[in-house]
Amino acid sequence: MTPLDRDPRAIRRIGALLLRHAYLMRSSPTRLFDLMYWPLLQMVVWGFITVFLARHSSWMVQAGGVLIGAVLLWDVLVRGQFGMTLSLLEEMWSRNLANLFVSPLRTIEFALSLMILSMLRSLFGVVPAALLAIPLFAYSIFDLGPALVAFWAVLTMFGWGVGLVISAALIRFGLAAESYAWASIFVLAPVSGVYYPIDTLPAWLRPISWALPSTHVFEGMRAVMIDHVFRWGLLGSALALNVIYLALGIGLFLLAFRSARQRGALLHAGE
Amino acid sequence: MDETVIRINDLSKSFGAVAAVQGVSFTLGRGQTAGLLGGNGAGKTTTIGMLLGLIVPSGGSVEILGEDMLRHRHRVLPRLNFSSPYVDFPNRLKVRENLMVFAQLYGLRRARARIDELAADLDLTRLLDQKTGSLSSGQKTRVSVAKALLNRPEILLLDEPTASLDPDTADWVRGYLETYQRATGASILLASHNMAEVERLCDEVLMMKQGRIVDSGAPAALIARYGRHDLEEVFLDIARNRKAAAQ
Repeated sequence: MTPLDRDPRAIRRIGALLLRHAYLMRSSPTRLFDLMYWPLLQMVVWGFITVFLARHSSWMVQAGGVLIGAVLLWDVLVRGQFGMTLSLLEEMWSRNLANLFVSPLRTIEFALSLMILSMLRSLFGVVPAALLAIPLFAYSIFDLGPALVAFWAVLTMFGWGVGLVISAALIRFGLAAESYAWASIFVLAPVSGVYYPIDTLPAWLRPISWALPSTHVFEGMRAVMIDHVFRWGLLGSALALNVIYLALGIGLFLLAFRSARQRGALLHAGE
Repeated sequence: MDETVIRINDLSKSFGAVAAVQGVSFTLGRGQTAGLLGGNGAGKTTTIGMLLGLIVPSGGSVEILGEDMLRHRHRVLPRLNFSSPYVDFPNRLKVRENLMVFAQLYGLRRARARIDELAADLDLTRLLDQKTGSLSSGQKTRVSVAKALLNRPEILLLDEPTASLDPDTADWVRGYLETYQRATGASILLASHNMAEVERLCDEVLMMKQGRIVDSGAPAALIARYGRHDLEEVFLDIARNRKAAAQ
């Protein structure tokens, strides 16, 4: 039985937090622009790199768009994690956490709202860049079809897992840990094989790489785009890994809140 | 006392080696106002934090409206509310938007009407469409009080409700709290180091020092016991370890 089954008012409380961020976006359109800015910029840079490489490499001609697809999917993960931690940071910056947690809001409902916000932020961030790639570079990530939905879902879930762990660090260490919210995810880029196959990595690094759901997505994406096969095994292992990362993330998140209550940190969060 | 709405027994909280609250016990009846009075670091805010479930006690029990707050705080939270100058709202949101978010969190029906009603009562109507960040501290305090009253709480926990307010606004807020209490029979627990405020609002004063309740009683009784003219003199006696005259 989920918290939502036990208390139908939970949906309204989660809705209240979504409303709070909708108001924020409406009051500050620059925030919406911030969401789109980096995915657009990254897509344009990698689009031109693709154009350049295609002139000098037959492989790149064959695998047209693989780099643009990679950068767009990478941004799904990055925006997913940022979306989660940024939503928490907004509450910390505004010293609003105590107000929220003396209301009937439960910690798990707060976590669920962060997940929904993360999903919305990655959609608002990445879809415009994906759409712009079509006229600019004649590449549509939507040609991946149902595979795109699967890849997007896996990366969003992994973004939640990483976001929950970073959120736990923010709750535990306060705004002193803010820089980790922006930097941590990029540690995963070299080992996720975003732009190159995993056999490019040294053998000792590959087990670490295969332990990340993102690796399975990018390998799977190349299989679809270059070999025209959807590797179900990669999707299955990515989902299984996501279950582990999500369980770990939720566990750490709840533990961090329990610790914050022990230390009295919720009353002063953001100071 | 007709009905006890808050029952605190032997409450304590330590942060590492620092004992912030030690062996605090008291009760509060329905419709009563009690004040936690003490200097900085006396343990007032920590006590209120434990009552709200924001801080887990190291020992003791907190029972509010008949429920054990440590185990069932979510049964009680819809029936109480809280205001503190040390907790803020998202500044980019308009006053109406902030109140609407909290109205939804508390599951209010006819939220818009309730916000309009409170705005009229607290002289906030013309501020409803202003960004919260553009308000003065006095206006923000009134917004905080409006938020604290949204769910028509049976118990109000107020941490320094008039801190940083000019005397006129502070007096106005106190008057409004008295009106609310008379109209609803709510109980109020406030932490303050404003003696005049405590003297005016409270039926019972709990004098705190170094995490303990060192004396308690009705304001007039405390003043008489220490042979003083007002609570401020009693406060200074306690702060400087002078004993009550009657002892």
